[in-house]
Amino acid sequence: MKKKLVVIGAGMASGRMLEHLFAAAPDAYEVTLFNGEPRGNYNRLMLSPVLSGEKTYQDIVTHDADWYAAQGVDCRFGEPVVKIDRKNRVVYSNKGGAPYDALVIATGSAPFIIPVPGKDLPGVVTYRDLEDTNAMIEAGIAGKNAVVIGGGLLGLEAAAGMAARGAKVTVIHLMGHLMERQLDPAAGYLLQKDLEKRGITVHCKGATKAILGHDRAEAVLLEDGTVYPADLVCMAVGIRPETRLANDAHLEVERGIVVDDAMRTSDPHIFSLGECVEHRQQLFGLVAPLYDQAKVLAKTLLDEAAEFVPVQTATKLKVTGCDLFSAGDFAEGEGREDIVFRDPGRGLYKRLVLQDDRIIGVVMYGETADGNWFYGLMKDGTDIGEMRETLIFGPAFQGGSRLDPMAAVAALPPEAEICGCNGVCKGTIVNAVEGGAVTLDAVRACTKASGSCGTCTGLVQQVMAFALGGAVVEAPAGMCKCTDHTHEDVRRLIKSMGLKSIPAVMQDLGWKTVGGCHSCRPALNYYLIAEWPLEYRDDRQSRFVNERNHANIQKDGTYSVVPRMWGGVTTPTELRAIADAAEKYDVPMVKVTGGQRIDLLGVRKEDLPHMWADLNAAGLVSGHAYSKGLRTVKTCVGSQFCRFGTQDSTGLGIRLEKLLWGSWTPHKVKLGISGCPRNCAEATCKDVGVICVDSGFQISVAGAAGMEVKETEHLASTPSEDEAVEIIAAFVQLYREHAKYLDRPYRWVAKVGLDWVKERVVDDLAGRRALAERFEISQSVYRRDPWAEHSTRTETPRWAPLADLTLEAAE
Amino acid sequence: MTIFVDIAALDDIPPQGARVVRTAQGCVAVFRTADDRVFALEDRCPHKGGPLSEGIVHGTSVTCPLHNWVFDLNSGVAEGADEGMVRTYPIRVEAGRVLISAELVTRSHAA
Repeated sequence: MKKKLVVIGAGMASGRMLEHLFAAAPDAYEVTLFNGEPRGNYNRLMLSPVLSGEKTYQDIVTHDADWYAAQGVDCRFGEPVVKIDRKNRVVYSNKGGAPYDALVIATGSAPFIIPVPGKDLPGVVTYRDLEDTNAMIEAGIAGKNAVVIGGGLLGLEAAAGMAARGAKVTVIHLMGHLMERQLDPAAGYLLQKDLEKRGITVHCKGATKAILGHDRAEAVLLEDGTVYPADLVCMAVGIRPETRLANDAHLEVERGIVVDDAMRTSDPHIFSLGECVEHRQQLFGLVAPLYDQAKVLAKTLLDEAAEFVPVQTATKLKVTGCDLFSAGDFAEGEGREDIVFRDPGRGLYKRLVLQDDRIIGVVMYGETADGNWFYGLMKDGTDIGEMRETLIFGPAFQGGSRLDPMAAVAALPPEAEICGCNGVCKGTIVNAVEGGAVTLDAVRACTKASGSCGTCTGLVQQVMAFALGGAVVEAPAGMCKCTDHTHEDVRRLIKSMGLKSIPAVMQDLGWKTVGGCHSCRPALNYYLIAEWPLEYRDDRQSRFVNERNHANIQKDGTYSVVPRMWGGVTTPTELRAIADAAEKYDVPMVKVTGGQRIDLLGVRKEDLPHMWADLNAAGLVSGHAYSKGLRTVKTCVGSQFCRFGTQDSTGLGIRLEKLLWGSWTPHKVKLGISGCPRNCAEATCKDVGVICVDSGFQISVAGAAGMEVKETEHLASTPSEDEAVEIIAAFVQLYREHAKYLDRPYRWVAKVGLDWVKERVVDDLAGRRALAERFEISQSVYRRDPWAEHSTRTETPRWAPLADLTLEAAE
Repeated sequence: MTIFVDIAALDDIPPQGARVVRTAQGCVAVFRTADDRVFALEDRCPHKGGPLSEGIVHGTSVTCPLHNWVFDLNSGVAEGADEGMVRTYPIRVEAGRVLISAELVTRSHAA
């Protein structure tokens, strides 16, 4: 007599298992197949082409009624199983029971619903099965607004499918870049760019707060206050194993239904496979390991020995035109190295992660033809030491012997175009080199190659090296080891190419490292803030510790705290608040600074937000004594009290400090305002100094009193305080827009010349006004106290240690 | 075999950043890279004792905030011209939780 096999769930894993079972032993089992959905097995991976309209349901059916009939399967479709009676070995659906000798649970997974207000409104859907897909299609989304929550594989496929049907789609993603589990930031950025080209809006770092609407979904509200209109909201934030039946039957369930290597659960008559299982603490979401499980389970059911060994799998996104490939284990490990290849012009990015001369991870974007070759090398653990230098170029470049990385350049014909901007071909550059132009500057001067956008600089240098027979070509002084572009080039290209994030700059300007370094990251962050004040969001992790923690780190890891004292003026109330804070937090030293304020030294990091909550309550704000930004405006008492004072220098100082505070600049900026030529505020060694005279204000700039001492140079004189203020704002903005990061104003003025500065901030009235207006636009974002957002109830705990294991040890 | 203890959620550590864990053996810096790998290193630069947890994290390296020594997060070895190394500790991520070697909890008993 045939044994009875009951299968719960007609999905891809159980479907594949039945195929193996029937192929090996058609008469071993009498099979009953339950499925909650009123249909049999179809290819769920192809739901996105159904959503986009490229395919129909009929196209993606894998097992039709004829197949089930031919195998003699008793199909109970549309009958969800409600109970497993382990004692009597019977399964009950909503319509009746079925006895079993062996039971397979293949209930798959359920979409994870984020618990926000409005999640149950009509118009909020998930994206897992044909019902979901049809719901989206039937909603008639052409021309309507759709919001997809979740920028992973599934969410992006849903987004692309709806966009193809004419919806205006916005993707909201919690993390910093799309598909962060499969892609690194650079590839995530390229993917985002491609999606945006198709009209899909992408909002990263977006946490959904609520779905708004009365009778149905109307909009999605984010934590940062952004609201996106939404006729349809698709939640695709993740899946969790569907384990309810197994739980009710008291099988061993952790995150998924626990199975052993033979796919057996804690009950010897019950087996499980697919997305609902947990095998050696691991869950499975991709199809390849599920098919391996199917093979193993079919053997187990036939009493053959078989063992499921999960292998690493590769991911590809099924969105037409977005070519990405990701494979490998990106979990922790030691001794890893990267090989990175970028071709900004064609939007290509390839990264190999190596360990012990073996590939352990692959990320590719834009061109993935070699993906499977790399994947093969990775799976086989091939030693790539011999071909390492040309590995990234793929199998086409792997000859029998070690190849010269210059081979690619050498192979180019003379008419191959090297510099696209100026139409310069390889032959022209080679001729120039042979004619005596042996430096990059010389080649630029006589051929214009790499003289415009500069992205081909590396290639031009390779051609030169080829023409010189491999002789070393002097490299231009790049920003740092991560790039050959100079600071000036990078600033110019950020603007002309519209680059608006650090990954964008690194990708499109061909950065040679994965995440930059401590030298270029703060510089890029500043350049982006300066260029796109309203669009770019400050990247805190690219800031030096002082600017990240809004305090000055000291040699012992404690910090110093300096509240702002506008123009060096304070009040008894402020002084009391400072004294109270100093006592409350056991501050070891209270010192008066050279910038006319008070420094509290030796504060512990975890005390910073608490101390600032107290200081904020007394009306004090950060003095930015740590920033590449406006530091202090030093004043003398001026005409208000001084018998020599000609103008209200204190008032002007306060006015300027209130105008300029909070702004980020290439290096620190200090001002001095003296009320008469006796110059008690020492204004003539500051970045900007004002000497008040009877007839008005003498403005001078570009002084220094640090490693170098230099007197300021006269910029302008004016009888009007308003005009003095505008000239100073315009000067600061010009410095912000043009200076190299970490150049103080005196260094920058020495490079561009004082006359060049004068033309723009003194003589050209319209230009001056425009500079002052651009400064004001930036200040609309940055003229605020950083502690308002850091000393909140949610942020304050983040300043303390993550965990204290000394306490646990004591217990 | 290393035994691990759960100390926090991965999301408690900023990407390209670090947080400190206090242990009986001193502070340990727990780093999270841009691609969500985690590393645990002694939070003390061998040069002048700077807190590495406050450094800029780039790729799988961190730069000490005091004098710019750069350390490989994998090995704890100083990169470039500087010579020195810091201890590393076993750490891993599982289901969004950060697990660190239990030796950091237990060794204090023996000490």
